[in-house]
Amino acid sequence: MTMVRAMRTQREGSPWTGLWAVVAKEMADHLSSTRMFILEMLIALTAVGTAYNAASAIRSVAGLEPKFLFLKLFTVADEPFPSFVGFLGFLVPLIAIALAFDAVNNEFNQHTLARVLSQPIYRDALLFGKFLAGLFTQFLIYSAIWLLVFGLGVWQLGIPPTGEEVGRALWLLVATVFYGGVWMAVALLFSVRFRQPATAALASIAVWLFFSIFWPMISTSLATILAPIRIGTPEEILAQARWLLALRRLAPSQLYAEIVVALLRPEVRSLGLVLPFQLEGAILGQPLPLSQSVLLIWPHLTGLIAATILLFALAYILFQRQEVRA
Amino acid sequence: MSPTPVIETRGLTKVYNGLVAVDHLDLTIHEGEVYGLLGPNGSGKTTTILMLLGLTEPTEGEVQVVGWDPRRYPLRVKAQVGYIPDQVGFYGDLTAWENLMYTAKLNGIPRKEAYRRIEEALNRVGLQDVAHRPVRTFSRGMRQRLGVADVLIKNPRVIIMDEPTQGLDPESAREFLDLIRELKGEGRTILLASHLLHQVQAVCDRVGLFRRGKKALEGTVEELALQVLGMSHYVHVEVEKDAPRLAQVVRRVPGVTDVEIHDDCTLWVKSRKDVRPEVAKAVVQAGGRLLRLDVELPSLDDIYAHYFKSEAGETENE
Ligand SMILES: Nc1ncnc2c1ncn2[C@@H]1O[C@H](COP(=O)(O)OP(=O)(O)OP(=O)(O)O)[C@@H](O)[C@H]1O
Ligand SMILES: [Mg+2]
Repeated sequence: MTMVRAMRTQREGSPWTGLWAVVAKEMADHLSSTRMFILEMLIALTAVGTAYNAASAIRSVAGLEPKFLFLKLFTVADEPFPSFVGFLGFLVPLIAIALAFDAVNNEFNQHTLARVLSQPIYRDALLFGKFLAGLFTQFLIYSAIWLLVFGLGVWQLGIPPTGEEVGRALWLLVATVFYGGVWMAVALLFSVRFRQPATAALASIAVWLFFSIFWPMISTSLATILAPIRIGTPEEILAQARWLLALRRLAPSQLYAEIVVALLRPEVRSLGLVLPFQLEGAILGQPLPLSQSVLLIWPHLTGLIAATILLFALAYILFQRQEVRA
Repeated sequence: MSPTPVIETRGLTKVYNGLVAVDHLDLTIHEGEVYGLLGPNGSGKTTTILMLLGLTEPTEGEVQVVGWDPRRYPLRVKAQVGYIPDQVGFYGDLTAWENLMYTAKLNGIPRKEAYRRIEEALNRVGLQDVAHRPVRTFSRGMRQRLGVADVLIKNPRVIIMDEPTQGLDPESAREFLDLIRELKGEGRTILLASHLLHQVQAVCDRVGLFRRGKKALEGTVEELALQVLGMSHYVHVEVEKDAPRLAQVVRRVPGVTDVEIHDDCTLWVKSRKDVRPEVAKAVVQAGGRLLRLDVELPSLDDIYAHYFKSEAGETENE
């Protein structure tokens, strides 16, 4: 009730007054915090280790196909360890959660909220400023990491990257930031909901574990229930596979994994069903130009952004109706 | 000079899921006034303050602060009103200076001007030597003073303080009261919620006594004393001898409500105004030899205690 009324009362003045002051302060906090330093070191070491191993692997089979070598730095794995993008799949959520899980509840716990909100700004600016600062921080971190990987590539492979490779890596950078955005929005929502930062962090991690471990299992069972295979006709198999993919794509990690595939393996022509009989058609033939790959990931990117906006809106509504008193 | 209201509420009401925290409050505070909000715990002082700042949505009623409705124009109100919350908090990892700089930026104050104001504010509250220490190393009193510095950054027309002297040592509290007087001298309007009655009495021009979300009493300390105690002055009379006989005479002085004979040389007189000249005249005319004549105002503590005691009695009778 109060919320509806608050939104109906016309407010005067831009909701973004003070936004950049908040962004600057939050970014300075992130960049100087021990927590972020540890995570930055972790991701940097991972990048160097995996890219170095990938470079060695590439050189050992040199002469085969010298195409998109720099992209392989991201994708070639030194079994049994995952490739760099494999690591990114869980390092990015970790960083994103670390950036936001105590964003709002810490203002309550430090008793700074009432004082800050008594300055001439709206709550909108505070919440959105914190979110933007997190996005910018991620952008900064990943940019540095990408440069590190490319630098290592130039040194180890002895050739410069092509424009196409740089373009694809930049798109991957953008997609990675948006993937982080989803998890940041989750953590931000919990930081509004739970007064204890530890609770918010645990809840965020629980959601992430759910989507990365349990959701694939659950979606498999759900697909067999929703589209059971009774006789075994191709139609039935196809229907089940469609369901499975649709369900799996509810997980941000699945969307991100598909984006990675489309961007880093230009020969992939479709992100649809990857059934055995389609796989050949999907992979054979000329590599796609970057613009086509981007078209391929467009729905995925929009999906990630839509999820982010939805979660942020939820956090915003919760925050608007909260009392400033702790 | 006709005083203009800086803060005005009409029928201001706040209901928290069925619990009426503030009940049809009409409050008028004039420019340059120091106004004290008093009342037991949970009587709605903090809730009122939050509504004045647009930090809590009123359920009903009208509010105007510095001429604007904080619901529609919160930014204009908050640009001119400084607020020190009851538990004032700062970012512990940032220094005092950095915390104030953040406030300056949120207020859109240009950098050069901000530097000047921060330095001035820190000097004023005596924190210039610890300006570059992280606030987490500050004592409670230091934080409280930083709270004042924080408010001064925006050069506010109105300052609202919620229990600003709690946790201060007597010396700091005294300094704090001096600072409030100084701020009043600069023409700022000050609204002060507190439980420390003698401090309120020392600095406030008017006080409002809150009870269960309503403003039960309002006025200067003298006016409150008249309403609650039926008298406003204690006059202390010392004579050479014959106090009981002189008491008869003093009792007949207009305005005197009660005379208590303390001993043969001392009378305690309660009155509705300052009756010293009349008492002196009466004593001398009756042939008494006056040695000393003092006047004392009843303390806010007495008024408060008396008011809430009699109120409690009334509710029991209901
Ligand atoms: N967020 C809230 N939800 C529900 N009730 C609340 C909330 N905040 C305050 N109240 C209630 O509103 C009433 C008034 O509280 P308020 O804090 O305004 O009192 P106060 O006069 O400031 O008291 P104190 O002297 O203890 O600071 C209390 O009964 C309190 O329980
Ligand atoms: Mg209070």
